Amino acid sequence: MGGAFLDFLQLLISGLANGCVYGLIALGFVLIYKATEAVNFAQGDFMMLGAFVSIWLTNSEYLGLSFWLAIPIAILIMGILGYLLDLFVIRKMFGQPQIAVVILTISLGFILRFAAGAIWGHEPKLLETPFAGKELHIGSVVLGFEEVAIIIVTLLLTLFLFLFFRKAKLGLAMQAASQNQLAAYYVGIPVKRIQSLIWGLAGVVAAVAGILFASKGAIDPSTGLLGIKAFAAAVIGGFGSLPGALIGGLIIGVVEPFASFYLPAGYSQVAPYAIMLLVLIFRPAGLFAQMQNKKV
Amino acid sequence: MSLISLENVTLSFGGLIAVNNVSFHVGKGEVFSLVGPNGAGKSTVFNLISRFYDPKKGDIKFEENSILALRPDQVPSLGIARTFQNIELFEQSTVLQNLLVGRQRHRKSNLISEMFFAPSVREEERRHRHVVEEVIDFLELQAYRDKYIAGLPYGVRKVVELARALATEPKLLLLDEPASGLSLEETNDMIYWIEDIKNQMGITVIMVEHDMNLVSSVSDRVLALADGKELAIGTPEQVQSHPKVIEAYLGKSGEKA
Amino acid sequence: MRFVFKKSYDDDIKLFKHKPQAFYYLILLVLLIALPWLIDDFFLGEATNVLIFAIAGMGLMLLVGHTGQISLGHAAFMALGAYLNVIMMQKGVPFIISLPLAGVITGFVGAIIALPVLRLHGIYLAIATLAISVLTEDIIVIAERWTGGVVGLVAEPINIFGLDIDRYGTPIAFYFLVLIITLLILAAYRNILRAPLGRAFVALRDSEISAQALGVNIAKTKATSFALSCAVVGIAGGLMGHFAGAFNHESFNLILSIQLLLMIVIGGLGSIHGAFFGAMVVGLLPQFIAITRDSISGIFNLGSVPIPGIETASFAFILILIIMFEPMGIYGRWLKIRTYFELFPFYRKNMFKRQKSYLKTERMK
Repeated sequence: MGGAFLDFLQLLISGLANGCVYGLIALGFVLIYKATEAVNFAQGDFMMLGAFVSIWLTNSEYLGLSFWLAIPIAILIMGILGYLLDLFVIRKMFGQPQIAVVILTISLGFILRFAAGAIWGHEPKLLETPFAGKELHIGSVVLGFEEVAIIIVTLLLTLFLFLFFRKAKLGLAMQAASQNQLAAYYVGIPVKRIQSLIWGLAGVVAAVAGILFASKGAIDPSTGLLGIKAFAAAVIGGFGSLPGALIGGLIIGVVEPFASFYLPAGYSQVAPYAIMLLVLIFRPAGLFAQMQNKKV
Repeated sequence: MSLISLENVTLSFGGLIAVNNVSFHVGKGEVFSLVGPNGAGKSTVFNLISRFYDPKKGDIKFEENSILALRPDQVPSLGIARTFQNIELFEQSTVLQNLLVGRQRHRKSNLISEMFFAPSVREEERRHRHVVEEVIDFLELQAYRDKYIAGLPYGVRKVVELARALATEPKLLLLDEPASGLSLEETNDMIYWIEDIKNQMGITVIMVEHDMNLVSSVSDRVLALADGKELAIGTPEQVQSHPKVIEAYLGKSGEKA
Repeated sequence: MRFVFKKSYDDDIKLFKHKPQAFYYLILLVLLIALPWLIDDFFLGEATNVLIFAIAGMGLMLLVGHTGQISLGHAAFMALGAYLNVIMMQKGVPFIISLPLAGVITGFVGAIIALPVLRLHGIYLAIATLAISVLTEDIIVIAERWTGGVVGLVAEPINIFGLDIDRYGTPIAFYFLVLIITLLILAAYRNILRAPLGRAFVALRDSEISAQALGVNIAKTKATSFALSCAVVGIAGGLMGHFAGAFNHESFNLILSIQLLLMIVIGGLGSIHGAFFGAMVVGLLPQFIAITRDSISGIFNLGSVPIPGIETASFAFILILIIMFEPMGIYGRWLKIRTYFELFPFYRKNMFKRQKSYLKTERMK
């Protein structure tokens, strides 16, 4: 196999791994959007917080718990955090226009960033995992273990969520609550509790994304801002579609390294947002269209 | 000469044919009603005239000219105004401000003159308010003039919808279920108003309605639709006693109830 | 209780509802004019900062509060105004032309961008404008030849008809310059609101469909609103450039875009007052935090270690409180208090109750 092809493969796999992280964050956006038609602008910061919580639990400089114990605890903590956030803050927004939640979550992002910086400092940190530095050899191709793990975990999680919404009773109830809240109330669906569950779920997904990200790259309090790229992912996939969010993330993840390889410096950063704007302008519903006009 | 006519208009949403080869014309000064069970395509006809939808086939002519090339916001300048079945008022504004928006099609000022509030703008404002006050007097909305829509009862909102349409000084008025949700008294008021609109203001009216009392009191002619197709057209009495219409509403006679 | 009896249409149209209201604003104006002699140069600079933010706030308020279009990208237009202004001054254009011209050009750019972007609604529009802000930061760096790239530009000295105006050298003159511009923009804003165009904006905000059915050209009106908004914000950017003295791509970043939006929400969405109240919070918050920190560390004997990001975090915290407990913003609370006293003792708590809007999706899947 030629060296150029191996390089290409490396870029691709690394891009896919990044894309999975973007996709997971985008998944979080879409989850909350599908359930409540609000967007959680702090989803990227949730991811950052999830990463820091797991670092705090397992890294030797803090609590130093076993990796396999720390991860479920971290995920649980983030899930509970998401649930509580909805319970005490977002629920107060019930009945208010969506823009209120948007602005609320933007502010929340600021506060999370500040809190993380105050607690853990602003130095970048890496999550200590049992498979740091391990590699997979497939033929003459060498892949980082973390990257493969990221891709596999993401695919499994997305599949699970997709089936959950399609088949499980709770998933269907969530869909009903998002399509017509008042009607869902009338048929006995506990709309508010479902909303909290969704936020908890989004917290879980964010935690997974954070753990995966921090195992491969350093994280600091402002890392959450890559949530903006995840936006681009969610938009490209069409904001209401779970698999679409992942695919959008993968697209962005893959475009990035290739763009920085082939385009002059400075232009590669522009690529994800330029693509997103193009999608928004020419096919605003994204690749997996969901919207239609209001009927009067 | 008819004021407005639909000729062989057909519209479908995907596989569902909402309006199926419908033709009718309305003469100047007439009150014309569209009746039929729910889903018959009545509001769709209005949305076609308002140019929110494009017909797949057929033509719509206003004053002998086809309007199919127009955008929805160009329709009011022809003199066509409408109300909406589910009230579409501006909730965060007062009744007065809602009615003033009705004067948009008569706007002659431009951005620069408005930024400086030139005397010409002031003159226009006075004229707009004069017209709006006449509408308020006509529909007896004085008590609600400066109240925000968000706090008004349903019946009043229906009247404000009508007022806003009248504020555009239309030639043709499309009323989408003007009496739905109104009490008996309010419906009677509506009957008087529609009669005045026709007789005193000379405005042509097309009305979608379910309340047969209102329909037979004010209409000159009625068109019955079901499943997008025409069933019968004629005077209210003719249409009410037409066998096809009775079948659409009540089912075939001879069938078990 | 005050009753206002209107005797002519002009009573409805005029700017001040009744004589006492005009009087209060007159006093406020006198206070603003006398300000340089009431406070020292440092606080005068702070006041000038507040006014510049108020101009930006008015620009954004027109678009978001009155036309109902959200924008998370307006810092990009501040940047455009700032860069255009300085670039023109570098080429020798006098300030008195370059500033308004920068505003006008920014307005045109806004109109062009508006056409494709304003077809989007709600969250998609928010994201698109966010992308515009992020992209602009990168584009400024790429266009190094004109913008000085990462190093940025230094603002040229202002000279109007022979009078040198400098933020540090002649703070009083600079303050008055900004004040005059603020008042002019304020007057234009109020005029637009009481004219058909302003009503068309509000109609778009509250019901696009019926606005259309009444003759409002949606695309053209939205583009006009966006253009005006960008023009005003561009002027604010130009002034900010002179106020800061030097700026680069990070001076007008995404965080600033978000802060502008948060600012007008805190102030009170949908009212001109909101822009001013919000600007006061943004301008005065750093001072307030510094004072509180000093007194707290005095009590607890902490060191005076600067805590990074505390201003933005406090700002965000205030916003969360506002959104949860007073969604109408500071102006909304002020309105309620004033109405309480006006109607005393007949004020009812539910007078300003906002109707709850339950979620009914417009998606199909």
